[in-house]
Amino acid sequence: MRRVAQWTATAVLAFAVYLVLATFTGPWGLWAPDELLAGLVIALVVALATGMFVWARGDWRVLQPKRWLLFLVYILGPFPLAMAKANLDVAWRVITGKIRPGIVKFNPNLKTDLGRTFLANSITLTPGTLTVDVDEGTGDFYVHWINVTNESPTPEDVCGPFPSWARRVAE
Amino acid sequence: MNALIYALLAVGTVFNGLGALALIRFPDVYTRIHGATKCTTFGSIFSLLGVAVYGIWQGGGMGGTMAVRAFLALIFLLLTNPTGSHALARAAHRSGIKPFRAVVDRLEEKK
Repeated sequence: MRRVAQWTATAVLAFAVYLVLATFTGPWGLWAPDELLAGLVIALVVALATGMFVWARGDWRVLQPKRWLLFLVYILGPFPLAMAKANLDVAWRVITGKIRPGIVKFNPNLKTDLGRTFLANSITLTPGTLTVDVDEGTGDFYVHWINVTNESPTPEDVCGPFPSWARRVAE
Repeated sequence: MNALIYALLAVGTVFNGLGALALIRFPDVYTRIHGATKCTTFGSIFSLLGVAVYGIWQGGGMGGTMAVRAFLALIFLLLTNPTGSHALARAAHRSGIKPFRAVVDRLEEKK
């Protein structure tokens, strides 16, 4: 039963992505019949091959619409803002060569795989900070920081609003 | 509209150029990954936004497809790039490459 739920959820998600990819192939901005058929077959194959890994840790909360909405707010608001600031900062460091690198450790108190992945990806995607390792037992993050201002920083020193958003969206 | 597309492409190119410069100027693998991240984020975001705006401007089935796929490419790039960077950095640290002139290395202290 659980298997079937895993396969179905994966197939629906894969098919939705395929639908977005194949928009405007038919009349009136819709889908051509052969595209729909191809999408169905591909979604089924992908689901049967990967379904049991995608949901292996029981992270069904990804499917809650509230989290999608919060994620949309995050990806349109605080994240681009922080990324723009970091981009300009690193651009300046490329030109001047002023760096003070180091690997710092902090603990953002995230319990779930989803939350940790969310935060680690946000950190790595921001220029100037790079997640090198995450301790799965204690939840410690080891982050390479291009401008170490504090050798034992709080999560907020390194990545600003990201930890609280990771908690809101993913925990 | 053309001006907007050119502006987006220009910003993308400038950031990609700075990223390439970072690969030469920065001293070790970790700082160079920072430079590469810069390419993927601002460089490709602005270049692909230029493509998307061009697609919307062209209109019709072709333009719509172009815009939608540019956005999708952007999303997948933003999802997969950090995973790759992290894998590179972790592998580098595990194989014993020390961060150059690091003021602190907590991961080394842990071992």
